[in-house]
Amino acid sequence: MRLDNLNCIRCGLCLAVCPTYREVLSETASPRGRAFLARKGLEGELALSPNLIEQMYACFDCLACNDICPVGIHPADLAVDVRRVQEQIQPAAWKEALFGGLIPKPRRMEFATLPLRLYEQLGIRRLTYSLGLPRLVPKQVRDLDAMLPHLPQRPLRQVLPKVIEADDESRYRVGFFLGCAQSLIFADESAATVRVLSRNGCTVIAPPETVCCGMPALGYGRSDLVREQAQHNIALFEQAQVEVIVTDCATCGSTLKEYGHLLADDNKWAARAAVFSAKVQDVSEFLMSIPLEKPQGRVESRVTYHDPCHLRRGQGVWQQPRALLQMIDGLEFVELPEADWCCGSAGSQLITHYETSLKVLKRKTDNIASTQADYVASGCPGCQMQLSLSVRRRVLEVQVVHPIALLDRAYNKESIVAIDYGRIAKHIAKSPKSETRPDVISAVANDLCRLEEGD
Amino acid sequence: MDKNILLQLKKIAGEEGVLSTPEDLAVYSYDGTFAEHRPDAVVLPRTTEQVSQIVALAARERIPVVTRGMGSGLAAASVPFSGGIALTMTRMNRILEIDTVNATAHVEAGVVTADLQTAVEKLGLFYPPDPSSNRQSTIGGNIACNAGGPRCLKYGVTGDYVLGLTVVLADGRVLHTGSKCIKDVVGYDLAALFTGSEGTLGVITEALLRLIGRPRYARTALVEFVSLDNACRMVNAILLAGILPTALELMDETAISCIEEAMHLGLPLDVEAILLIETDGSDEAAVLREIESAAAICRAGGARQVIVARDESERTKLWQARRSVSPALARKTPDKLGEDITVPRSAIPETVRLLKAISAKYELPIVIYGHAGDGNLHPTILFDKRDTGQWAKVEPMAAEVFALALELGGTLSGEHGVGILKRPYMKQALGPLSIEIQRRIKQALDPLDILNPGKVFPEKVSP
Repeated sequence: MRLDNLNCIRCGLCLAVCPTYREVLSETASPRGRAFLARKGLEGELALSPNLIEQMYACFDCLACNDICPVGIHPADLAVDVRRVQEQIQPAAWKEALFGGLIPKPRRMEFATLPLRLYEQLGIRRLTYSLGLPRLVPKQVRDLDAMLPHLPQRPLRQVLPKVIEADDESRYRVGFFLGCAQSLIFADESAATVRVLSRNGCTVIAPPETVCCGMPALGYGRSDLVREQAQHNIALFEQAQVEVIVTDCATCGSTLKEYGHLLADDNKWAARAAVFSAKVQDVSEFLMSIPLEKPQGRVESRVTYHDPCHLRRGQGVWQQPRALLQMIDGLEFVELPEADWCCGSAGSQLITHYETSLKVLKRKTDNIASTQADYVASGCPGCQMQLSLSVRRRVLEVQVVHPIALLDRAYNKESIVAIDYGRIAKHIAKSPKSETRPDVISAVANDLCRLEEGD
Repeated sequence: MDKNILLQLKKIAGEEGVLSTPEDLAVYSYDGTFAEHRPDAVVLPRTTEQVSQIVALAARERIPVVTRGMGSGLAAASVPFSGGIALTMTRMNRILEIDTVNATAHVEAGVVTADLQTAVEKLGLFYPPDPSSNRQSTIGGNIACNAGGPRCLKYGVTGDYVLGLTVVLADGRVLHTGSKCIKDVVGYDLAALFTGSEGTLGVITEALLRLIGRPRYARTALVEFVSLDNACRMVNAILLAGILPTALELMDETAISCIEEAMHLGLPLDVEAILLIETDGSDEAAVLREIESAAAICRAGGARQVIVARDESERTKLWQARRSVSPALARKTPDKLGEDITVPRSAIPETVRLLKAISAKYELPIVIYGHAGDGNLHPTILFDKRDTGQWAKVEPMAAEVFALALELGGTLSGEHGVGILKRPYMKQALGPLSIEIQRRIKQALDPLDILNPGKVFPEKVSP
């Protein structure tokens, strides 16, 4: 913990940029308020009461306050520090189970999310909608459903080969860190990322044994649980002997880049973690640093771009995705007003702080609507889900997409009408593509078998 | 606070409009200063009608009401030392009307100043007062403190843009004063009375503001002076030449070295002062001519170098130096006390010289920067509160700073207000008669002394 983070001079500038303050309009929901409570709590002047802790969880950790603070303190980090202190004093058992037992185990995660894939693949989702059933369930559940894109038949982890050769001459040996949400939900987009990399001279190594980057546990104050995950991932990519480690998930990227700090106090791992973190790059960051092939296909669409907090402020990457989109012929790029304002996703805030999350989202939706764009691009699964919800609630004619997916489309010289989420490119998919149910059921059976084989 | 009263407050402002957990009370215990005191309840009204009922209840129950906006004040005026209700206006944040023909804006008190500025600028209009806290302060707070800013040299302070106010009085009655008319001499100017009253006379809930056309062009120059005296003389020379810059900002060598140390902007370290000059207007050629005339005057008057920004990005770069002062100081020492004394322009060189003498006498740095064009300076004492020796020097130093401002025909505060921090010097500044009159005004409007009690006035000496 950085103790100088406690030295707030109370100028209040952070209130101007805090998404929760600007909606709730009370000091309690502001970075200055949280920094004050954190200080009083840590110094023992205030009890670390459930309400005080709740204020720390009410922070969306969008890092806007860290960025604007004239004194250079990090109120958002302070909120997470207090969550961690609380977990040390009084660990919550469910966090141990969720962040220790489920999330870092890919197979368990795949099994746990199986019902979602069945819901999609067996046509239940379509049926529910055609019967108008969503109207019967609580708004909150309906919103969760609206967040999900068309789900992949199989998690990408199960179908992505460990080594994908470069299309032509191999110039780079690139590690690909496949995030959980990318594998389970946005499989198509990560498949596109791998295609784009391989097209641009990358031999891509995608170890299927990667585990969760650790962000969920970090956010819930359990950095202790992340150490092991970090070590596992570091060792894995050491074996792969890659020059860079690329990810197309903003959150994974920002977490992986922090491994160096996370393990800095560990003699055995500090140096290895620092080397690992230095190799990590967001896919747009990496692509713009190499001679990228100009796509020949056109994308005749108006496209805007939303900055994921974990990419813009977490990693300082914001020019690259814009530059990348503007390489595409026919694409009309329009800047989104307040592009780097949090969308309100912040991981699980839609579930834990529903009302505030939706209010924050409304501001984003208004801005998106004002651009009259056909696509809003954003390289973060959390943002993409939240933005999808925004689009569906307001019935906007906008599609949410990963910037790389648009680049991939341009390479494939396809005219973009709609992103077909159900597809995985042929040269990646090992199993014959089929939309028929027997195939889905066999995939499910496969899932079950793998689970029984043990972790 | 009494449960029954909390219940009544909730009846008025709704469940979510009343906060009373220890955490809520803690975060409403401060403003932009180091002062702290908790209220007994926080109330966030949404309408003037609710404010009226809250104040009426407070009057019945003799509960202090301390009104606040975003809490960025620099005089502890909104810190509730008396406990009671922290009446927080941030949720009354609607812009009710922007009249583009008469160039007025009707707004609720909780509108963030920068938000209003953005909204009117979209329509080609302009709300000039620009306290550097414009993103974290509200119109209501700006009016209650009669806030200033760099642009005030040319355009005047907040009060110059207040045409009318809606004010909830200490007994809960609602006063509407002023109109869209620029000229109005019927009766006393009550809007002016409430402007700068720091929440002691009434609760400002709505304001009718005067706007002007948005100036379309601006040019900026950064001028280096080997001699501070020369820099100060040039301030007057420019103004007397008939040029009225938007801003004329001064930074002394201590300020420059602090900025350079923290920000590395490439500022010269071998000069005694820098002047930042900006001109604006709607005739591009005239704006350019003015900045070039100002530059020529400075060159003739001993400036070592004049840099005129050629485009917007260069202009932003020049302003970066000025905007970096406050944060740079904050990084330098753990604590600082920034004052805002104002002196007649002619006295600026003498003021700076005497401030340096105070700094030397107490062996603590005083950084000098500010709005030299209108004589409003921000001498800032840098110290570490944990060092008891240093902390003990701060108050006597501040007292000497105030005394010197008064001696040179100046005043305690140009834009921050009195709050509690400048109360001890009020008598010296105003004299007994002025204070007597002001006390009577306070008594006429707030006989129970429930509105921001203990602020502005010097403590009464018990007979």
